[in-house]
Amino acid sequence: MLSKSQARTFFLGGTIITFVVFLGLSWTSLTKEVPKRTHEENLSAEVIAGKHLWESNNCMGCHTILGEGAYYAPELTKVVERRGEGYMRAVLSSKEPWAPRGRKMVAHNFNEEEVGQLIEFFKWIGNVDLNGFPPKPDYKSTINSK
Amino acid sequence: MKYNSQKVAYWFFALSMLLLTLQIVYGFIMAFAHMGFDGLHEFIAFNTARAVHTNLLVVWILSGFMGAAYYIIPEEAEHELVNMKLAYAQLISLALVGVVAIIGYHFNYWEGRKFLEIPRPLDYLVVVNVLTFLGIIVTTLYKGKQRTTTSLVLTMGLVFAALLYLPGMIWFDNQTMDSFFRWWVVHLWVEGVWELIMGGILAFLLIKITGVDREVIEKWLYVIVGLTFISGILGTGHHYYYIGVGKTWLIVGGIFSALEPLAFLAMALFAVSMYRKGEKKHPNKIALSWTLGTAITSFVGAGLLGLAHTLPQVNMYTHGTLVTAMHGHLAFWGAYGMIVFAIISYTLPNLTGRKLYDSTTGLLAFWLSNIGMLGMTVAFGVAGVAQVYLERKMGMDFGDVQKEIQVHFVVLAICASMFATGIGFYIYEFIKYGRPSKEALQN
Repeated sequence: MLSKSQARTFFLGGTIITFVVFLGLSWTSLTKEVPKRTHEENLSAEVIAGKHLWESNNCMGCHTILGEGAYYAPELTKVVERRGEGYMRAVLSSKEPWAPRGRKMVAHNFNEEEVGQLIEFFKWIGNVDLNGFPPKPDYKSTINSK
Repeated sequence: MKYNSQKVAYWFFALSMLLLTLQIVYGFIMAFAHMGFDGLHEFIAFNTARAVHTNLLVVWILSGFMGAAYYIIPEEAEHELVNMKLAYAQLISLALVGVVAIIGYHFNYWEGRKFLEIPRPLDYLVVVNVLTFLGIIVTTLYKGKQRTTTSLVLTMGLVFAALLYLPGMIWFDNQTMDSFFRWWVVHLWVEGVWELIMGGILAFLLIKITGVDREVIEKWLYVIVGLTFISGILGTGHHYYYIGVGKTWLIVGGIFSALEPLAFLAMALFAVSMYRKGEKKHPNKIALSWTLGTAITSFVGAGLLGLAHTLPQVNMYTHGTLVTAMHGHLAFWGAYGMIVFAIISYTLPNLTGRKLYDSTTGLLAFWLSNIGMLGMTVAFGVAGVAQVYLERKMGMDFGDVQKEIQVHFVVLAICASMFATGIGFYIYEFIKYGRPSKEALQN
């Protein structure tokens, strides 16, 4: 039967091995994959300012981005593709809470420069290679199809 | 209690109970907002309620862990805490940092990164606070007569938790990098080192309650924390599927995170078999219920419900939906809420000298809170699965889907009321015990 020192070896050995593998995989991801997949060359000062705005207003407290955040408001990774810039400008600069279907968004009342920065941030994140996320809806009714 | 300084634990537990109460209030605000009643929007917008709700969770659990350590370490090391006054100062500063952060969230003062919303200047205070705490614990352990496996595992968990807070404090321009390291904190906490803390507390409780030989319990403790790290460290990959890193993580994350329930299964089997093996029947039935309860509920909430959406093929659709909230609620409650309740229930009679074992209020608290939380989990699950199919499969607009699933939040609020009633009973019992007293020494 397993002894206490064998159990300790299992714990320490397993931890060290998996941690080293984890560090190795992380290193490869961060140095080889991230620059290419996120198009790091497009991280302009505007995009970075947009990220600041995204964080300092806790947008993640309602929305998700890269699927992360809260589930009260829509996922925004592909928002430029889905809604277009015009709609986004209206929402972001609104002085009244934007409330589609009655659910209110905080009225951030961003100025034109800030709106531009946020849109640049969303354009950048919309181009990140996310292994196919968010999935494209694929439901097709078979009732009326021939 | 055997050592006078153990009574510090009581005040950390009291802070825990206070913050939990507030957390529940903000939970209700969000549930009502989901139902369409957002009358508080002007003053407490959803993102404020959300940040307060999750941060209070983290702080009350941490306060509970700290209280547990302040109780367990002196007893295990057979030595008074090296500095009781410093421990009280640490408690007060923890409460202050928490309160300032939470008030700040109402005035747009935050960092806006899920779970790590605390603004940077306060982060440094958290670091000082945690270092003080660790200083007291480690020095006590060092000066103590013995260093048991239980106390070492508990301390190791606390030290790693402190270290892992640091990657969350690095600024990145790239959202993908930001997210990558945010999970070093969040995932490696809750699916890594917090399980060490949980395992340490659980081992201590089982030794005390079942009377099974320490050597046997501690051997299995090593096996459990071994399984935790072997699956949990590479299991971090399940957060890396869709954030802008490569496909390797789909395979690594998928395989290792699917193994994560094993650690929780082992914990459940361990607790139940030690209970059955134990010859000593401790009279504190309430503590026993919470101890076995946490081992079993964490397996269901953290283990099975996590497994339910951890494979990349499933997670592609459930990622970023209410399905995550379903898993999150039962996982945090089962693994970390209940272990804190277990240690409080075990220590209160020892700290105060009043043996209110086996009271009806105590049992009501256990059953109401657990059944309520299970109901909440089901409500979140139904809402989440409906959301996945309508939005991700059929392509309905987010807002339309939210209208469709509103009704499930009524069920959620009803179950949450039951949960809150249970917590109410628990806190009533907590208050009824009164304060720690000198007469309780040498029990």
